[in-house]
Amino acid sequence: MSATPMHETRLDHGLNAEPLLSIERLRVAFGETVAVRDLTLAIARGERVALVGESGSGKTVTALAILRLLSDADVSGVIRFAGQDLATKSEREMRGLRGSDIAMIFQEPMTALNPLYSIGEQIAETIVAHDGAPASEARRRAIDLLARTGIGEPEKRVTSYPHQLSGGQRQRAMIAMALACRPRLLLADEPTTALDVTIRAQIVDLLLELQEEEAAKRGMAVLIITHDLNLVRRFAQRVAVMEQGVLVETGPVERIFAEPRHPYTRHLIESRPRRAVHPVSPHAPTLLEARDVSVTYRTRLPGIGGWFRAGRFAAVSGVSLTVRQGETLGIVGESGSGKSTLAMALLGLQRTSQGAIEFQGRSISSYRGREQTLLRSNVQVVFQDPFSSLSPRHTIERIVGEGLALHRPQLDAAARRDKVVAMLREVGIDRTALARYPHEFSGGQRQRIAIARALVLEPRLLVLDEPTSALDVSIQQQVLALLTGLQHKYNLGFVFISHDLAVIGAMAHRVLVMHDGAIVESGDVEKIFANPAHSYTQKLVVASMQG
Amino acid sequence: MSRARPRIDADAQPRSDTPGAFVSPSPMRRVWRRFRAQRLGYWSLVVFIAAFVTSLAGPLWSNDKPLVVRYDGKLYFPLVKAYAETAFGGDFPTPADYLDPYVRHRFHLPGNFAIYPVNHYYYDTLNYFSKAPNPAPPSSENWLGTDQQGRDVFARLLYGFRVSVEFAFVLTFIGSVLGIVAGAVQGYFGGGIDILGQRLIEIWSALPELYLLIIFASIFEPSFVLLIVLLSLFGWIGLSDYVRAEFLRNRTQDYVRAARAMGLSNWQIIWRHVLPNSLTPVITFLPFRMSGAILALTSLDFLGLGVPPPTPSLGELLAEGKANLDAWWISVATFGVLVATLLLLTFMGDALRNALDTRIADAMRAGGNQ
Repeated sequence: MSATPMHETRLDHGLNAEPLLSIERLRVAFGETVAVRDLTLAIARGERVALVGESGSGKTVTALAILRLLSDADVSGVIRFAGQDLATKSEREMRGLRGSDIAMIFQEPMTALNPLYSIGEQIAETIVAHDGAPASEARRRAIDLLARTGIGEPEKRVTSYPHQLSGGQRQRAMIAMALACRPRLLLADEPTTALDVTIRAQIVDLLLELQEEEAAKRGMAVLIITHDLNLVRRFAQRVAVMEQGVLVETGPVERIFAEPRHPYTRHLIESRPRRAVHPVSPHAPTLLEARDVSVTYRTRLPGIGGWFRAGRFAAVSGVSLTVRQGETLGIVGESGSGKSTLAMALLGLQRTSQGAIEFQGRSISSYRGREQTLLRSNVQVVFQDPFSSLSPRHTIERIVGEGLALHRPQLDAAARRDKVVAMLREVGIDRTALARYPHEFSGGQRQRIAIARALVLEPRLLVLDEPTSALDVSIQQQVLALLTGLQHKYNLGFVFISHDLAVIGAMAHRVLVMHDGAIVESGDVEKIFANPAHSYTQKLVVASMQG
Repeated sequence: MSRARPRIDADAQPRSDTPGAFVSPSPMRRVWRRFRAQRLGYWSLVVFIAAFVTSLAGPLWSNDKPLVVRYDGKLYFPLVKAYAETAFGGDFPTPADYLDPYVRHRFHLPGNFAIYPVNHYYYDTLNYFSKAPNPAPPSSENWLGTDQQGRDVFARLLYGFRVSVEFAFVLTFIGSVLGIVAGAVQGYFGGGIDILGQRLIEIWSALPELYLLIIFASIFEPSFVLLIVLLSLFGWIGLSDYVRAEFLRNRTQDYVRAARAMGLSNWQIIWRHVLPNSLTPVITFLPFRMSGAILALTSLDFLGLGVPPPTPSLGELLAEGKANLDAWWISVATFGVLVATLLLLTFMGDALRNALDTRIADAMRAGGNQ
């Protein structure tokens, strides 16, 4: 299509009389469910606004409503972009607007990029579609954009496919794509959530730098959608807080953080994990000891060599650790550092290629038959994703009671139910849950149920694999408090795996920092976080401080 | 449609607004509710079941023997017991032909009576006393006419439908069980077992099914059982792929890992955790597999490779209709029954697929959540 109508709308941005985007009384409903109610928000030229809220608060829906990308929703209210009512535009005009005047960056770059096209082709596609530039020029501009977003060797990377890039590079490519047609409004939907902490900081810096540059030139505004308050503090000028589809508070960043007015905002800001660990008794016996544990996978070697011999990939190499009764050992690392593989090895569910794992002084591979069953009830696990960790077709009673039926066969149905009810009460779920199914519970409640399932067997050691990463901050805090309480009450040993240094800092006594399958640093949490010795730990700590 | 997930994390207070006796619907119940909400599919199921039950009760209302006979003060039940013609004043000790005008006349004598079924023909009844030449057009005597041998088309359709549906039930059941077992073993254990199983399946599915059927039909006497066995040998392959894929996906879910950490055996994990969550393709495919089985039997019968005569069959009727194009009532009626049956099954399948499809709910969740 011709590019001229778009350029006509690009008026002088020096006159800031009216906001770039103004949303008035926006209401979005899916059938009976109202996702957004009465939202009024304005974004000025060159402004960085953050839309903050927990999951389900309607942040993403608002962004999609601006682009008119919600197909089966009832949308009412007025959305004006540069003075024009978007609701009156034809679908054809909207297509011209999307990607060109208003661009969007999505949370998960792997699914937002088409795996069948190289990133260069995808960036060029936007340029050709909106600016009508010839292919060669589009390619040249794509390379420039990639260079601007800080991807090394942009001439080479332009022909790479999404799977050949790392997560951070993919997100940079997404940003390059969004900037391709010099948008005046950039909607960034959780642009850093799927990335590791060290990459997060880089992406935020990049966004900030690009925005400042573009704002000076053309007044580009950014609406960033996030639940991460560190990111907000660092990036935004103005914050809008949403709770359950309602905009509860708007204001400048400094004011919101210094004196939040709405109770929900206060609640959000205060719900950072708080440290409440109980000291470990000096006489506490060692529960679990691992010495020099390695896990290797076979991989295919490239080329003809791969036909004859397999390569080896060490997911975990030479890890040693001990966990004492009542102690929390934190394991911190980025994705792919081998944390979860190590957890499965500690549980005895992953074959190790070398090293010894001992539970209460005895190698776990020497447990057999009846003893092995007993070992299983002594070491339990809670997983990250509350949506996949409970079988969707079983009632809560069955899920929590299943282990009892196996390990405590002497209990009859009534005694089993009593134990299940007692355990559920302990984690804050009442007995009406018994006959319900997992889908009826929220993420936090499901995680509580998963904890109940693990603890009903009265284990000595609990392996927690990112137990709160999928939860909203306020829920995260509640679950962490629950775990600390239970640890103190039952004198449990925890292996607590997380990528989030704030969580580890609040929960752990000692911490191991993992990088590429190996432990780079270990010791007391406070000491390590205060004075990281290894360069990787320093990078992690710095990145997590600035979000 | 109950797909409203609690979207807002009301975490601190577990919901206690419902009394203790509250029992929430199981996932299967919810699927059933969603299925029932789809009128076309639901009523297709009702009509199909009604038709099948009616055809099962066929001997009670489409038969050449009276239900009850009172003759010379005694009660006879020809349906359950064969009586000689001599019992009703005939001349020969052969089984009584209740369509014989002489016998019928005897039943009308004072004090006697006979209650005939609504339709006076069984699928293999030859009416020796019919006045019209065969094949006879529809009349009050033969509702849908007769075929070239003088058998009642309505009765043959009724029993043919019954045979087809029974065949489909058996074949679908066997195929589903084999498919689930093969898919489950490959998908759950993966690795070498999976690779070996896949290669075996590829070789197996390369065997030409139709040729085998023709060869076997010439070696053995074609029968219901032989057809079931032969078609079952190949019928499970498509389903096993779907089940395998579901197992591959579900075995990596955290609830399976949690079950392993709990110490459950492989068999317990498969049976309790993976299988119930992998049945979506099996259930969705049931009606389509049934219509496939009915079509397979019909086409084999049409080709003469199917069930042996005089078993009533839709395919054999189609062949007869093709041989007697001027006897339009044969082909039109058979075609109608076949189309109606397949349509009902397809409607059911569509409704079932929609009922099991949770993507709508997922899409909503994706729009609302981070």
